[in-house]
Amino acid sequence: MSDMPPRGAAAAMPPEAAMEDDVLVRVDKLVKHFPVRGGGLIRRTVGQVQAVDGVSLVIRRGQTLGLVGETGCGKSTLARCIAGLIPVTSGTVTFEGRNITNLSRGAMRPFRREIQMIFQDPYGSLNPRRRVGAIIGDPFAVHKTASGAKRKKAVQELMERVGLNPEHFNRFPAEFSGGQRQRIGVARALALRPKLIICDEPVSALDVSIQAQVLNLLSDLQSDFGLSYLFIAHDLEVVRHVSNDVTVMYLGRVAESGPKDQVYETARHPYTAALLSAAPAADPDAAAERRRIILTGDVPSPINPPDGCRFHPRCPKAQELCGQQEPVLEVKAGDPATHQTACHFPVEAGESLARVAGRERR
Amino acid sequence: MSVTSLEFQAASAESAPEQAIEGRSQWQLTWRRLLHDKIAIASIVVILVMVILAITAPLFASLYHHAPDQAFTNTGTTSTGAPVGPGTHGFLLGTDYIGRDLFIRILYGARISLFVGIVTTAIATVAGVSVGLVAGYFGGWVDTVLARFIDTVLAFPFIVLALALAAIFSPSLTIVLGVISFFSWAGISRIVRGQTLSLKEKEYIEAARSLGAGPWRIMFIDILPNLLGPVLVLATLYIPTAVIFEATLSFLGIGIPEPTPSWGSILAEAQNYYTVAWWYVVFPSIALLVTTLAFNLLGDGIRDAMDPRTERIFAAGSQRRRRRSARAAVPAVAGGPSPEFPDPPRQPMPPAP
Repeated sequence: MSDMPPRGAAAAMPPEAAMEDDVLVRVDKLVKHFPVRGGGLIRRTVGQVQAVDGVSLVIRRGQTLGLVGETGCGKSTLARCIAGLIPVTSGTVTFEGRNITNLSRGAMRPFRREIQMIFQDPYGSLNPRRRVGAIIGDPFAVHKTASGAKRKKAVQELMERVGLNPEHFNRFPAEFSGGQRQRIGVARALALRPKLIICDEPVSALDVSIQAQVLNLLSDLQSDFGLSYLFIAHDLEVVRHVSNDVTVMYLGRVAESGPKDQVYETARHPYTAALLSAAPAADPDAAAERRRIILTGDVPSPINPPDGCRFHPRCPKAQELCGQQEPVLEVKAGDPATHQTACHFPVEAGESLARVAGRERR
Repeated sequence: MSVTSLEFQAASAESAPEQAIEGRSQWQLTWRRLLHDKIAIASIVVILVMVILAITAPLFASLYHHAPDQAFTNTGTTSTGAPVGPGTHGFLLGTDYIGRDLFIRILYGARISLFVGIVTTAIATVAGVSVGLVAGYFGGWVDTVLARFIDTVLAFPFIVLALALAAIFSPSLTIVLGVISFFSWAGISRIVRGQTLSLKEKEYIEAARSLGAGPWRIMFIDILPNLLGPVLVLATLYIPTAVIFEATLSFLGIGIPEPTPSWGSILAEAQNYYTVAWWYVVFPSIALLVTTLAFNLLGDGIRDAMDPRTERIFAAGSQRRRRRSARAAVPAVAGGPSPEFPDPPRQPMPPAP
């Protein structure tokens, strides 16, 4: 196992590859295909769900990378590949310079302590038949780092840290509210003092006032423990609030990535622009002024994705080239070196896609 | 045991309201609901009485000075050699064909029946749960092999195997335990496998895997507690099946060997005498019926108590309607023992002499 990232891949890597110390996780051309088997007697593979198809991204120390995209675009699959929960078809995941792609369970074990997950569903992610103390104590039990009174003390400290009453360690998950349950999930993820926590839509199942509490807790923990987050969500405002960098995914590929403000203020990919225009604005004046880019059609099936740019059948700016040649994720003219877009005809400053879309519909 | 623990809990909750913030487990809630089910309570009482009678059988034997296999040729049989009826010469339930005390023999028979019922169910449950968990969790070829094995066992004609075994080995308690366990685990296995298949897709299993938990830890610490409910109901319903199974084997002469009394062998002997000695058939049959009925009703009661929804929906109807509807609703809820449940061996009726 090489401790160095493969040199050959360097050319395709984002420009911040130079700041190697800063990088906690590097995902390089990650591909995850799920075979689709026929229903016949001999279950041969009739196709591939191309859930994640060549995604590269970087998670930096102590920072939050927001990952946004529609349902089914491969966000959660990508998260599970990084966490080593499902085998990867091709590509690499590097953690602190060490390749952790498709490790055996035993070899992955030390990395499990460094990479933890918070799950979307606070009801499904806690075992209903186990007491909260046992659930939060699980990491200690699995890694045999504490037992007995020591474990109980550690569990109660964690509960206190995430804002739960430590006296409640004997209760069952059913006796807690959604927000409290998510705090239990946070405590469990925090137990082994990981370096990276993958948050797979951690607040989308909570109501808005509780969302804010959990988000604030996550950001407090980040500054206290120097955590890095991979924060997956489809709520653009939430991602904007928590992230340093943002990566936008569409149908298993990265459409655009860059620093939060760059992506939100000057979106270059038409898909990002459409997503941003669809986000509701809290300010009624802004809401009245906002011009939505209405995308036509549905997300194509990942079993049979379109050729060329995967977004081209729905893209208001699509031209002939888009259906033939796949755009490369690269820095577009006028953008800083950290802002990359995979588009042949990126949105220019001041260009309104809403009008373009209107013309197309006519 | 649990009544006192509940009282203790209630007391401690009152004395230290701050300290005793302890969640009530599913089991405590189930027990609480079970206590409101009169039929289940009656079943528990009947089972307890049976168990106590079985345990204290030697006490009764010494009280009456009647050993279970002691033939009283003078007092225990009439001048023509027929059994004497209940109450005569100090024989509470009469005697059998060679003048042994039927009451004492039924008590000793209860020892065998309950022992076989509980031990085989324990073996079958442990084996069934293990095989089902492994098959369901690992999947792939492991599952294919184990699932086909389960199907084979379920399809096997048990009487044929029992007769074959009895022909090879002489009948013994070990053979009986082995045969009954062998034919009981597969049904439990199949249900556990099915439940495991659905439970392993839960997010909390993924959470356990992301912590680095191994397959055995996940199976026994994360999945098993979620299976215990349906398994407990199944096990309670398997006990009477095993009791009848043992009686069947003994009735056919391939079960518990003479002179150890077993309800099945007493009934087998009785089939030649029931025209002259009704008690000979009736009392062992009642013992068998009451015991199996009590276990079955208790199993139903636990099933209802596990799933309070059925109770709430049908609370307005009559007790009988509630029970029937609850039973009909169960397969989807508790994993449904009925479809996978192997046909319980029928209690053989004594043929006409």
